[in-house]
Amino acid sequence: MKIKIVVFPGSNCDHDTEYAFGSILGQDVEMMWHQEQHLGNADLVILPGGFSYGDYLRTGAMARYSPIMTSVERFARDGGMVFGICNGFQILCEAGLLPGALMKNACLQFRSVPVHLRVETTRSPLTKQLAQGQILTMPIAHGDGNYYADHTTLTELVDEDCILFRYATSDGLVIPEANPNGSLFNIAGICNKQRNIFGMMPHPERACEPVVGSSDGLILLRSLMESLESTVQPRLEKAAV
Amino acid sequence: MKAKIIVRLKQTVHDPQGEAIFQAFQHMGYSKINHVRQGKIFDIEINSNSAAEVRPLLDELARKVLANPIIEEYVIELGEES
Repeated sequence: MKIKIVVFPGSNCDHDTEYAFGSILGQDVEMMWHQEQHLGNADLVILPGGFSYGDYLRTGAMARYSPIMTSVERFARDGGMVFGICNGFQILCEAGLLPGALMKNACLQFRSVPVHLRVETTRSPLTKQLAQGQILTMPIAHGDGNYYADHTTLTELVDEDCILFRYATSDGLVIPEANPNGSLFNIAGICNKQRNIFGMMPHPERACEPVVGSSDGLILLRSLMESLESTVQPRLEKAAV
Repeated sequence: MKAKIIVRLKQTVHDPQGEAIFQAFQHMGYSKINHVRQGKIFDIEINSNSAAEVRPLLDELARKVLANPIIEEYVIELGEES
């Protein structure tokens, strides 16, 4: 699979993401500087974590207008798979590709801790291989992960089964005590209605080997790769005929 | 022309920064302060003296960049036309 990772000034999880997809999963990964105009051929575009533009104005607000983003938006609206992690999630929300916004953590602390996530749906490329209610452990590292959406948007997210992960306790209870940042409804990750754009605050790319404390992130990345292979492969075969 | 754009969190949106500032005031003994909310001010200079031209331009900038309409609202204040 051809994976493009967009690098913004201030991205800092770009190399972790490259390592996870390239070195661990053996995919064809290319880094793209945000000043590029054209995305070119890609099966998956990743907006990595970090602090693009120093989080000036609002997190993701500047990156959303980077030259490459016109091409990323076109790719996403044409059904291409786009995955935003942490700052990437914030950028996708700012760009209006995902609903809602990410605000300052309610506790006002920068939270860099492992969290437990409860898988809320398996109807997404990212969670296809998981079980509903499965608990995953991976780190968060953010100061602005407090997900907010108005009542109508939240109802839509629930009705359309677009909530991927919620912060939970290790035994799967979704309660305020398990919420590290004040996110509405304990939301940690969502996808769009078409299910080709997804964003999450926790870092699966930083939880891909037991030596770093968890390899639960790898389950998500593998699920994503298998979903891609099952959608891209028939397309290629069709094109070859 | 000079202008100001004031961006605030919507009243319905929780403002943890404003709350922290309020709590600091409480600790400092400013007991008359009841409530604080934090916002942003942008001072902008525009190469035009026509309010009719400037207002829609600033409105566009505020809507597209300076404020996130999901969580924020804004007010535009135009300076004197010279």
